[in-house]
Amino acid sequence: MFPILKKRRLNDTMTLMEVEAPFIAKKAKAGQFIILRVNEFGERIPLTIADYDREEGTITIIFQKVGKTTLLLDQLEEGDKILDFIGPLGTASHLDGYKKAAVIGGGAGCAIAYPQAKALHEMGAHVDMIAGFRSQDIIILEDEMRAASNNLFLMTDDGSNGNKGFVTDALKAQIDAGADYDLVVAIGPLPMMRAVSNLTRPYGIKTIISMNPIMIDGTGMCGGCRVTVGGETKFACVDGPDFDGHLVDFDEAILRTRTYREDEARATREYNCHLMEGAKNG
Amino acid sequence: MPVTIKKTEMPVQAPDIRKNNFEQVSLGYTVEMALEEAQRCLNCKHKPCIAGCPVGVKIPEFISQLKSGEYEAAYQTIRETNALPAVCGRVCPQESQCEAKCVRGIKGEAVAIGRLERFAADYHMQHFSEVTEAVKSNGIPAAVVGAGPSGLTCAGELAKRGYEVTIFEALHQPGGVLIYGIPEFRLPKKIVAYEIENLKKLGVKIQTDIVIGKTISVDELFEQGMRAVFIGSGAGLPSFMQIEGESLNGVYSANEYLTRINLMKAYLPDYGTPILKGKSVAVVGGGNVAMDAARSALRIGAESVSIIYRRSMKEMPARQEEVEHAMEEGVQFHLLTNPVRFIGDENGWLRGVECVKMELGEPDASGRRRPVAQKGSEFFLDIDTAIIAVGTSPNPLIRKTTDGLEVNRHGCILTQEETGETSRKGVYAGGDAVTGAATVILAMGAGRKAAEAMDQYIQQNFGESNSLN
Repeated sequence: MFPILKKRRLNDTMTLMEVEAPFIAKKAKAGQFIILRVNEFGERIPLTIADYDREEGTITIIFQKVGKTTLLLDQLEEGDKILDFIGPLGTASHLDGYKKAAVIGGGAGCAIAYPQAKALHEMGAHVDMIAGFRSQDIIILEDEMRAASNNLFLMTDDGSNGNKGFVTDALKAQIDAGADYDLVVAIGPLPMMRAVSNLTRPYGIKTIISMNPIMIDGTGMCGGCRVTVGGETKFACVDGPDFDGHLVDFDEAILRTRTYREDEARATREYNCHLMEGAKNG
Repeated sequence: MPVTIKKTEMPVQAPDIRKNNFEQVSLGYTVEMALEEAQRCLNCKHKPCIAGCPVGVKIPEFISQLKSGEYEAAYQTIRETNALPAVCGRVCPQESQCEAKCVRGIKGEAVAIGRLERFAADYHMQHFSEVTEAVKSNGIPAAVVGAGPSGLTCAGELAKRGYEVTIFEALHQPGGVLIYGIPEFRLPKKIVAYEIENLKKLGVKIQTDIVIGKTISVDELFEQGMRAVFIGSGAGLPSFMQIEGESLNGVYSANEYLTRINLMKAYLPDYGTPILKGKSVAVVGGGNVAMDAARSALRIGAESVSIIYRRSMKEMPARQEEVEHAMEEGVQFHLLTNPVRFIGDENGWLRGVECVKMELGEPDASGRRRPVAQKGSEFFLDIDTAIIAVGTSPNPLIRKTTDGLEVNRHGCILTQEETGETSRKGVYAGGDAVTGAATVILAMGAGRKAAEAMDQYIQQNFGESNSLN
């Protein structure tokens, strides 16, 4: 059992939790993830390690409420315990040796891009952070991202923060203005990572993306998370989740994320109905 | 009592009923049936059956005890060399082990050794509460990596010798393949839970959610004071076929399919893990894993399930009883057939598989005749779910994170056969991590041998002075 030491709602859909997991905190590196199971009936879901504190023995996770399990997780309060919490899983990001990097986060992906920016920044790289959100009211981690970068470009799809456009627009503008990036890190929805990879390919800028396929065990025993990279089958849970964005078959990965869409929708619907009934009866 | 040439039948759930539930198919012998079957044992002087058992269970001895109604004594006899009789009696391929050597088998059917072993174990479970002799702890810590059959057996043997044993398990539940692989209808999970409770009573600690190689390394286990480490991490890495269309939605590895069903209980409404409930399912492979996957697919509502196997029935490695059960339940067999590519629709969903007919050529390295594709024999099968069950290999996590651990080109850990000793001092290994995918009983035998060797190693190297208390 893994106690929740801190809980903070970042906005209406996103929550941060600090979980006591000393073994994992001792080993965690940027780019790695954990698998958790909320309760006995629960499914196992992967979440990226957003931060860690080796001394305090804690792991920070940030999750978006997108379905039953994340809704259930969001119900837990400080002092409550998560049943299973396993990690650190996956291969840590290889970030050393780069001089000037653009780190791009899309929506909830900023929670995963932020530790990458922080790691690069601490290694002495010049870091431009480009963060994209649908609108101003769902912007998260602004202070943290600013502290982890030399420049922060905050973009909104609807322009509600006065900076309308996609992350690719900001990246293109920087490249055209002569930003001589030797690395681009892009983390967010698959179509966004595909767009960034397509943008950087002609410039030949090394582009690392972080895949987020369906996972169960997270230790390489099932291949549910397989992705095609450079024509080869890779397991994102052990070979990744970071891959070369120029080699990933994004179209296939996007189709694979839809495997359980109907089941997920039904589970969420039933969970919400259940909550409503509870509210009525309570 | 006249002795027949056939085995005493074991009652089973009717095929048309059982194919809709996950309850145990074979119901086991009653006392009367067990006594009748035990009479068939000739109590041969040279006991060939024992040679066929990988852990050398004293077969004629326990059967004699059954004959005279000493059921608990029979159970204890088995337990001397086999830590999990209720499991082995159910899942061992007896037809190629103990029963293959039975003299009765020459002119008729072999004595049903597996069914009798299972009877003794089940009878014990129903009628006796476990009396565990308190073992005096010697205070010496030892570690076991992986809570599958080899690790559980090794841990039990070490605990009996007084060691403070901790098992580290990556998943959230111990049992290994007994929990995530073999389905409830073949091995009820309460039996596995019972055996694990017994281990805990011996003082074995089990830490789940610890991935050795990630959460903690083998080296750190020694730093924590472990005097010896046993690696029983199995062969859990699934092989895919590397053919077109394998990433389509609806194509599973058997490991994923069975993990969702068995470990995550995706077939029960209260559990959160989803599974695709295909109408028309094909399973590629001819082993027990393929049979388990096919029969599970039927039970979650498939209308048609086929096995696609590239050799013939004769070469099929699955347990004979499971193949028969699968056939009775309506699983179809496409033998001498191999998939060439999976075909999907524009949204990435599996719609069918193109297969080719095979014929058997010269024997290959494994001694089995190599299947060769027949040109022009391609045909198409309409399916919406495919399950790949063509084998597994050891997970690379431990070998990649443990310096000096030698492995062969298949990634199997190299050991001394008799002791399980690896190239790393104090590190022992056994089970599928060493042999590649094999049987439960072989894994248990390896765990047992390694425990003995670890005991000797610790005594020789640390002697009396090494108690940490």
